[in-house]
Amino acid sequence: MLSGRRVVLALALTIFAVPAHAATIQIVMQDLVVAPAEVSAKVGDTIEWVNKDVFAHTATARNGDFDVNLPPKKTVTSVLNKAGTVEYYCRFHPNMKAVLKIAP
Amino acid sequence: MFVRLSAAIAALSLLSSAALAQAAKPTDPQIAHIAYTAGVLDINAAKQALSKASNKEVKAFAQDMVRDHEAVNKQALDLVKKLKVTPEDNDTSKTLSKQAADKLAELNKLKGAEYDKAYVANEVAYHKAVNSALETQLIPSANNAELKSLLQTGLKIFQGHQQHAEQVAAGLK
Repeated sequence: MLSGRRVVLALALTIFAVPAHAATIQIVMQDLVVAPAEVSAKVGDTIEWVNKDVFAHTATARNGDFDVNLPPKKTVTSVLNKAGTVEYYCRFHPNMKAVLKIAP
Repeated sequence: MFVRLSAAIAALSLLSSAALAQAAKPTDPQIAHIAYTAGVLDINAAKQALSKASNKEVKAFAQDMVRDHEAVNKQALDLVKKLKVTPEDNDTSKTLSKQAADKLAELNKLKGAEYDKAYVANEVAYHKAVNSALETQLIPSANNAELKSLLQTGLKIFQGHQQHAEQVAAGLK
């Protein structure tokens, strides 16, 4: 009985914590190019950063909202927690540039 | 120095293209040696910069050079191992190494902002010379498809380095 309520409570919390439509979006860095160069997402979505290069990269927001380190041949995930149109680049290879449009 | 070097290479190519076009074409083991040597020389220059540079951007750039050139050279070593090719020393590699040693000694005498500027200016010139050699000589001469593809990846990343170095140089003015 009690544990049943706990389950319901946990479910309820889960529903509130994670919007039902939170998505996982893949962004690939390969041959020193970010693809897709422009991505639309929502707050709460997860970005799966895939680095296919033998070089280390970063996804660094120009406005300071995020700075994700991407070791060679690794996949790293991060959750978007702030809305806005964010230009980001690789600190090591400043030619690698892209945009994330994050809706609230 | 690399301006001088490329002038020397250009002069050599003029001579050889007239008479010895085929003989002047480097072989795959020589190309592998030249590309690997060029990477090592830039890593050495970057290591000197890591201990001597004062500007934050210059140090970060030097770190990028070590990281990327080590990654490319590791790929190159894996490839020659796989292809069972032994990189072959040659006059271009020797000239590159000699010129780089002279430049390191010259840079070593400089300090502070003067050093930073000279290092970054040389990085621009160095990558320009290496990229031009890759584009006009090494890539067209490479026979093995995997070697060619690795050189093309190298060219792409070194062109990025050249632009990055130009940006850092502009910031130092």
